[in-house]
Amino acid sequence: MPDIKVTPLGAGQDVGRSCILVSVGGKNIMLDCGMHMGYNDDRRFPDFSYITQNGRLTDFLDCVIISHFHLDHCGALPYMSEMVGYDGPIYMTHPTKAICPILLEDFRKITVDKKGETNFFTSQMIKDCMKKVVPLNLHQTVQVDDELEIKAYYAGHVLGAAMVLIKVGSESVVYTGDYNMTPDRHLGAAWIDKCRPDILISESTYATTIRDSKRCRERDFLKKVHETIERGGKVLIPVFALGRAQELCILLETFWYRMNLKAPIYFSTGLTEKANHYYKLFITWTNQKIRKTFVQRNMFEFKHIKAFDRSYADNPGPMVVFATPGMLHAGQSLQIFKKWAGNEKNMVIMPGYCVQGTVGHKILNGQKKLEMEGRATLEVKLQVEYMSFSAHADAKGIMQLIRMAEPRNMLLVHGEAKKMEFLKDKIEQEFSISCYMPANGETTTVTTNPSVPVDISLNLLKREMALGGPLPDPKKPRTMHGTLIMKDSSLRLVSPEQALKELGLSEHQLRFTCRVHLQDPHSDSDTLSRIYSHLKSVLKGYAVQHLPDGTVMVESIVLKVSSSGEDPNLKVILLSWSYQVNVENFLATVSLFWIRVIMQL
Amino acid sequence: MAAHLKKRVYEEFSKVVQQQPHEEVPAKKLRLTKPSKSAALHIDLCKATNPTDALQYLLSFARKPVEAESVEGVVRILLEHYYKEVDNSVRLKIASLLGLLSKTPGFSPDCIVDDVISTLSNDKSNQVLAQLLDTLLVIGTQLPENTAVTQRLIEVACKHLNSTYFGVRNKCLQLLGCLGTVDKPLTKESEAGTSIAPLRDVQNLISDYFGDQDPRVRTASIKAMLQLHGRGMKLQQTAYSQACKLLNDDYEQVRSAAVQMVWVLSQLYPESIVPIPSSNEEIRLIDDSFGKICHMVSDGSWMVRVQAAKLLGSMQQVSPHFLEQTLDKKLMSDLRRKRTAHERAKELYASGEFSSGRKWADDAPKEKVDTSGVNLIDSGACGAFVHGLEDEMYEVRIAAVEALCSLAQSSPSFAEKCLDFLVDMFNDEIEEVRLQSIHALRQISTHITLREDQLDTVLAVLEDSSRDIREALHELLCYTNVSTKECIQLALLELLKNLTKYPTDRNSVWKCLKFLGARHPTLVLPSVPELLSTHPYFDTPEPDMDDPAYIAVLVLVFNAAKSCPTMPALFSDHTFRHYAYLRDSLSHLVPHLRLPGRKQTAVLGSELSEVGSGSLESAQQFLQESLVRVSTLQNLDSPGAQDLLDFTIRDLKRLGELQTELAGSADFCATYLHCQLLLMKALQEKLWNMAVPLCLKQNAMASTAAQQILEETYKLEFLYSGLETRQVATIHNVRLQAKALQLILTARTKRGVEPLIGLCEKFLQEVELFQRLFMSELPHFQDSFVEKLLELMPRLVACKPLDLVKILQTTLRQSRFIHLKLPEQIHRASATIIEPTGESDNPLRFTSGLVVALDIDATLEHVQDPQTTVKVQVLYPDGQSHIIHPKPGDFRTPGPGRVRLITQVYLSHSAWTEPCQIEVRLLLAYSSSSSRLAAPKPAWNESTEGLPTSESSVEGTINLSKPVKVFIMPKPARR
Repeated sequence: MPDIKVTPLGAGQDVGRSCILVSVGGKNIMLDCGMHMGYNDDRRFPDFSYITQNGRLTDFLDCVIISHFHLDHCGALPYMSEMVGYDGPIYMTHPTKAICPILLEDFRKITVDKKGETNFFTSQMIKDCMKKVVPLNLHQTVQVDDELEIKAYYAGHVLGAAMVLIKVGSESVVYTGDYNMTPDRHLGAAWIDKCRPDILISESTYATTIRDSKRCRERDFLKKVHETIERGGKVLIPVFALGRAQELCILLETFWYRMNLKAPIYFSTGLTEKANHYYKLFITWTNQKIRKTFVQRNMFEFKHIKAFDRSYADNPGPMVVFATPGMLHAGQSLQIFKKWAGNEKNMVIMPGYCVQGTVGHKILNGQKKLEMEGRATLEVKLQVEYMSFSAHADAKGIMQLIRMAEPRNMLLVHGEAKKMEFLKDKIEQEFSISCYMPANGETTTVTTNPSVPVDISLNLLKREMALGGPLPDPKKPRTMHGTLIMKDSSLRLVSPEQALKELGLSEHQLRFTCRVHLQDPHSDSDTLSRIYSHLKSVLKGYAVQHLPDGTVMVESIVLKVSSSGEDPNLKVILLSWSYQVNVENFLATVSLFWIRVIMQL
Repeated sequence: MAAHLKKRVYEEFSKVVQQQPHEEVPAKKLRLTKPSKSAALHIDLCKATNPTDALQYLLSFARKPVEAESVEGVVRILLEHYYKEVDNSVRLKIASLLGLLSKTPGFSPDCIVDDVISTLSNDKSNQVLAQLLDTLLVIGTQLPENTAVTQRLIEVACKHLNSTYFGVRNKCLQLLGCLGTVDKPLTKESEAGTSIAPLRDVQNLISDYFGDQDPRVRTASIKAMLQLHGRGMKLQQTAYSQACKLLNDDYEQVRSAAVQMVWVLSQLYPESIVPIPSSNEEIRLIDDSFGKICHMVSDGSWMVRVQAAKLLGSMQQVSPHFLEQTLDKKLMSDLRRKRTAHERAKELYASGEFSSGRKWADDAPKEKVDTSGVNLIDSGACGAFVHGLEDEMYEVRIAAVEALCSLAQSSPSFAEKCLDFLVDMFNDEIEEVRLQSIHALRQISTHITLREDQLDTVLAVLEDSSRDIREALHELLCYTNVSTKECIQLALLELLKNLTKYPTDRNSVWKCLKFLGARHPTLVLPSVPELLSTHPYFDTPEPDMDDPAYIAVLVLVFNAAKSCPTMPALFSDHTFRHYAYLRDSLSHLVPHLRLPGRKQTAVLGSELSEVGSGSLESAQQFLQESLVRVSTLQNLDSPGAQDLLDFTIRDLKRLGELQTELAGSADFCATYLHCQLLLMKALQEKLWNMAVPLCLKQNAMASTAAQQILEETYKLEFLYSGLETRQVATIHNVRLQAKALQLILTARTKRGVEPLIGLCEKFLQEVELFQRLFMSELPHFQDSFVEKLLELMPRLVACKPLDLVKILQTTLRQSRFIHLKLPEQIHRASATIIEPTGESDNPLRFTSGLVVALDIDATLEHVQDPQTTVKVQVLYPDGQSHIIHPKPGDFRTPGPGRVRLITQVYLSHSAWTEPCQIEVRLLLAYSSSSSRLAAPKPAWNESTEGLPTSESSVEGTINLSKPVKVFIMPKPARR
């Protein structure tokens, strides 16, 4: 039995460093190639030596597929392709291809220029790596080689995020990457057709959470911003450059437009401006509203949101500022925070999770005095709010996707082991399919039941259909007679006659014969006519004939009587039937039986 | 340049009206005998040498209509050609033509059934077979009563059901759906030769194809079922489980049809019990299907989602337990149960510490959830609406809001629950959805009382920059109940803020406060001193009477005071003065108050109107009695008749003023009687006995009367809604009388016969038209003018114009007066221009030759089909008048029977030396051909060439509103 092997090199019972190896139908595919944000040593990147002890990966991998541009899904790409060595195709969607190098370059700058690491990939390497990328369109089936084909589906989450269907022959695997089943202000919901893959590899970040309606969150957020602005306060929203930042921008922009508000909104420059440019370009990847209105006005061409300048922070009056980075640990957001923290009219809204040790985490936990470098303390008087705007599918969303795709097996990655355990139980219970959750380096093997395509001749098919019954039910198996010809890796089902003709064989007929000895004083012809009349009386409904050449035919069974040389009373009855259909077999037995009966008379 | 521009403006935005005299000689009807279509076709088809040519001929043939008489011949030729034709596409086209032809009105297609069926059994091509079946379907639907044909067609359909081509199966199923009957089992011979067991009815037969291999056939089979249902056949419940299975189909059109099917069955058998699979329990079918349709709200295809969400709204019988699940999405975070934000808000409110702000992880879960108890995927209704309202496609969201609204209307407890969700939708990204949810909330607002935090969210929308949203919200606030005094203050505060931000909302804000005050007098009472800023000891400065905000407060207070007699005691002196002023200037907003020791101003009118509401029946009775009294007038010449009419008209007019409910009916009667009166005066003995030259003056009077009656009849016909055919016929009768009068007058004054001939002919045509339109009503018209005319018709047609006039004269004078029978409810169309107000002294200045946009805001009431009928007329001082057609998008419908027109009118003129006023008014355009009884549209195909254009259509306009004057000043262009 053929099987599919899945081995996570990263993201197995863990979040970060997504990298999953799949071998299906003799093809090896790497899904995502990310880095881990929690480590700064070798554990940062997946262990590629698992694939090949040393040497280039090109011989071992047929292709690499990147689901979206987050660094935990694509961060190790230049390292893998340039430093370890891989020359095969790398697939990603157009927006991912556009944005990915920006983020990689940024990541490189921080690690090399700021932290001073050596032995890291260079700008040139990023460029070389991106040259190997083959862009994908949504719902476009791409043939990697003769047998392997991949197809991308919309995944929500971030701009250009995709789920991929990988298909070799009749075996298929779906990898979701990160996805979101509830639409937000700038992206739509993930969608997949009923492709019934052998394995669905799904992320499970929120395996144990069912989230509140996004409308409440949005309303709360807007209300808080609005109230602060009306009070004349300033609002600081620390964000990361891509993804949520754009969603919040659109949210505020439309709100400002609707409510005719005049207070300025600023966006700290840098990465974001470049990224906004791409959001403007890839309109087709956004949600219904943006797609429908972009002819009149591109939603990402913000009217109320302007670029931020350092000096604006001291301007009087209300304002809203989006600043990077998102956890208030360094950079512009921290500088602005220091300026505004002393005024209770102001507010800071944290739109996402904060890692322990960052300023963001401290203030969220209610710390009122912060120690800054140089022994200075900072009193936090401004209001601190937390709003979660996360773009992963929750447990319900994962279930919904399973219902959409109807996979035969399920495999969970990108989540915590304990939470996965819970979801695994749930999936097995609700859908009664088996669910796996391999750890890093652990291989899951799933046996598949591939269907073997066979060509059937049209004539044979029509003949079978004519044989009766209603039209064939596609969901039920049905038996038919034919000859299977296997010739140079092609399978054909043809009628026996045609098979004989094609193979140049002559038809052999198989006849079964049987001799019955009978004590009968009558002459040969008398015996025969007695048998004939008897059979005729017994086998009603069958054609029983007495032929002039001294034989009796029951359908196609031939009976002959001859007397043996020694004893004229001992008659030998010869029965002969061909091996064809069950009816005849049965008839032969019946005739035999009745002859025996006569014998005893 | 300017002149050129101006010209363009006129071309684009306006149409100069030409007042055309009504007595236009109609275009003569041409009756050409057409050369036989069939012959031409035959020649064409014979000429065709190859299939492409033949196809071309057929295509061009299909574009022209065929008269009923020649259809049969054409069909024969087509069939003849069909038998000879080898090319599939030509045969296909012929088959489709046969179908088209059999739709020709006046042609009975039963004669070609045999031919089509016989060709059906001979043809080999599947496409052609499908088309032939389609033709049969057309024929079958044309002959619904002919059971023999129907039976035959069903047999044919059964025979072809097991074709291998999906199209043929589709058409067969369609045929069965359109013609089959459920109660009668199919006859045995129809089954002969097929493998289907005998004695099965159509439903069973169709349901066999639910499992077909082709999704299109599956869809067709469900559609056929639905068709059966649509024709009033009762479907059996057995189909339910099959339909439920199809909900999981791979193809969206199948799922979409299956959803409908499940819904239909749930409406048919709501109370029957179905088992729940994998358990021993049983539930009602309506609940089961509700759960299943809810499940489809999270389907992969948005078309299905829209359909499911829409259908949910109409499942009223579902049990409340299931209904409430739709809003429940068990929240969970890290395996701990979490409360929804809604629940938290409610608790915060209950505990009194409202809006303390949220802390990091304050939604931290409390109790631990039992892992086995959490159902992540619910087969039931769980969270259906939560999903629907969060959907990506706004079509789904709108459908969900609508469904929520209609379910909430029938269940108060559900209304309470869905309130939070609807309020959340006020924040949707698409305006249409926001608007829809505001409307929805308004519709269910009778069931609910808003809490302060909810009101807060609702009021936040008042700052929206879209006018529609704000007005919808005002409308909502009019119907809202609030719980506390703070709520009232909050609402007032926000409305005042709204007023300062958008001063144009003035009227709507005042109206909103009027209802708010009238609804919550007890909540307003404690805050009156604060609202009016009075002080127990000190006199406070008198507020500015023209301040819209102060007026708004007063409107709130006065309306509350109406049902709260203790309130006026809190008023200060100037408040009473302001009351008197406002009662006069804004009488629709300020009610009458019984103020102690005050002069009762204008008591009479208001009291009458208040009393009137109680005596609706008596008013109704009065109306009927007046009509009966008038109807006793048999003879127009009887003494006192005129006086009686005069008085009755006066009474009715007054009644209309007093009793708003009856205003339409009373006005209608008064106008009608007025017509009669005019007619009566015109027909007075004196005039007709004198020689013509002696009574020029009377002649002139009579002709103006005739003209006036004509105008009034048009008003009667088009301005009032709710008329029945009978009333329209009565009006037409009067109109005919007026026309007859005109004819007679023309005959008397004009010399010579020539001008009369045309007029007489036209008159006779109109009489004919009357007969055609109101055939069914004729029995009610005994002794009337029309009846007599129709009796005399053969003579009239034959005789000379002068004789005709004589006959008319006698008939007119002998004819009886028709008693007007009132329909249930008559409404008079009316319009009020709110903006411009016509009060401004500042002229609107613009450079001559260029355009200026004038904003018009008007409300229309009881206008039918306003998009096509309502026009704006601009009248310049030099007598020029322009008529502007507003865009259909400019009409909004805030409520039933009411339409709001907000549009811009472009004005332009050459330079004036000083500012001058132009008049703007609304007109109601009518055309007698497009009246309610218009002839049916040509059926055969889209072309109308060769069909007679509607005869004698009279087009005109009726004033719908009072004119408003606008001061404008086109300045000469500077060079």
